[in-house]
Amino acid sequence: MTSLYEEIQDVKAQYPDAHSATLPALRLAQERYGWLSPEAFREVAEALEESPAYCMAVASFYDMYHLQPVGRHLVEVCTNISCALVGAQQVLEAFEGELGVRAGETTEDGLATLRTVECLGGCGWATIVSVDHRYRTHVQPGDVAAIVEELRGDA
Amino acid sequence: MATREIRPIVLGGADERDLAKLAPYEEIGGYQALVKARGMTPQGIVDELLASNLRGRGGAFFATGRKWSFIPKPDQNPNPHYLVVNADESEPGSFKDNEILTRVPHRFIEGCLITAHAVESKHIFVYIRGEYTGPFEALRDALEEIRGRTDILGEVTIVVHRGAGAYICGEETALLESLEGKRGQPRSKPPFPAISGLYASPTVVNNVETMATVPPIVELGGAEYAKLGVENSTGTRVVSLSGNLERGGNYEVPHGITLRELIYDLGGGIPGGRALKAVIPGGSSTVILTADEIDVSYDYDSLVQVGTAMGSAGVIAIDDRCCMVQLGVRVSEFYEHESCGKCTPCREGTRWMTQILRKLEAGEATEPELDLLLDVCDRINGKCLCPLGETAAMAVASYVAKFREEFVAHLDGGCPFGGASPLDHVLAPVAQHSHSPVAEVPA
Repeated sequence: MTSLYEEIQDVKAQYPDAHSATLPALRLAQERYGWLSPEAFREVAEALEESPAYCMAVASFYDMYHLQPVGRHLVEVCTNISCALVGAQQVLEAFEGELGVRAGETTEDGLATLRTVECLGGCGWATIVSVDHRYRTHVQPGDVAAIVEELRGDA
Repeated sequence: MATREIRPIVLGGADERDLAKLAPYEEIGGYQALVKARGMTPQGIVDELLASNLRGRGGAFFATGRKWSFIPKPDQNPNPHYLVVNADESEPGSFKDNEILTRVPHRFIEGCLITAHAVESKHIFVYIRGEYTGPFEALRDALEEIRGRTDILGEVTIVVHRGAGAYICGEETALLESLEGKRGQPRSKPPFPAISGLYASPTVVNNVETMATVPPIVELGGAEYAKLGVENSTGTRVVSLSGNLERGGNYEVPHGITLRELIYDLGGGIPGGRALKAVIPGGSSTVILTADEIDVSYDYDSLVQVGTAMGSAGVIAIDDRCCMVQLGVRVSEFYEHESCGKCTPCREGTRWMTQILRKLEAGEATEPELDLLLDVCDRINGKCLCPLGETAAMAVASYVAKFREEFVAHLDGGCPFGGASPLDHVLAPVAQHSHSPVAEVPA
């Protein structure tokens, strides 16, 4: 298996300036480890020839990097205007009920992290729920139990 | 529907065939506009674009041909020229680029390659928002299909760069910072990207829909394209319809259709026999319209005349159950969350806006605080490097201006909707509970 270091070198080669590989490198590390631990930052920094502090400063600006461990699945409910107008809050509450956590939390068994997110760009197909970065469209509270069941089956 | 004939151009042919694939796209003449363009001089293409009067579909509506003409000639600036495509679509209410990339990725790529020829660039970067897995894969697969096709790619390289979740990276200079591997904070302008953009080199930044409109313009000729739509807003626009509508979705229409037609004919009207209360016409950054203001033509000039903007063409219909103070809270919370923090009026002002609006919603605000809200909005306007805070302020101030009675009604005893509004207690990310119990790290 290719090492993270090697993967990052390949990405760097795509850009005239290797600094541009910072976001993709952080993404690769997160895909590999699930979240960006201090060790992951050190590894990314070494591959980028940057400081870990620089990498953390960049990562903390963006919503998609996890600076704490998350569950094996990520459930993100859009609660921006278009989704909220058609009942996103009820969808969110249904997930809270099914998973037994509040938005922003991870289930005790590590199955899933639930959180609200800003507009995902699927407004006309609301409510949008992104499950492991794949959009579920037209989600209603009644669909939530089946989605959670699916995650449990996968786990 | 069919109050008028609508012929899609950007999404044309995608209902009949799977244009995400190369073979069907080539069957309908795909990549022939590129062949035609490569037979023209760069200036010849710019001239066609000027004749078409295509204006940028990202939101600023700047003339695309003019933007290209600002790029210095290679003998004026020896640095490489870059084409950067803004696929960071994040404006609440807008999801058109999502569909364009997913359904017509080859038309989009063709437009990028024509543009690269026009601005004499060999390097294209597509900055796509990190959340867009589907559109990213469609684009990646389309690029895979043309790999090795030197008749299409020529000497041009295309790199797809994935963002990581930040609305501000839709602002072109923040996007460039992010593409350079930094926090996505806007730059001071000038210099504009055409002079000093990516890696301090001449850079054109264009929107996805703009790129996908270029091949049809080259194919039809600029003058022919300009016959579509209306004066100053030529051609078609992919409009995103959402909110309280029977049929939300993207609809490609010629400019000049009315907002009423969009909502009632294409969008199918308001579900449940309810009444329309308000419309956000161009994404959450735009000034709201009341239900009796929707007989306006959907084009740049007409919307400016009624005090709002076409923005990124995200139309959000709002029915009569919605509390306007709650709408203000949710919109303000969004901009507070997405403010990059660089300019004080935006960083602090959006937070103040949210606090005052929450007090209003809770029935704890006084009339002077309603004036304070407008004062805070006023103090953000025109005082920042980018429009993020300004648009938040203008949008929220418009809710107060057009629904002032409803805001005043909140002063005395709180929200008159009594929990029946769909935006009641909606949990925004900025207010999210974050004390997560730490799970075991998966092995």
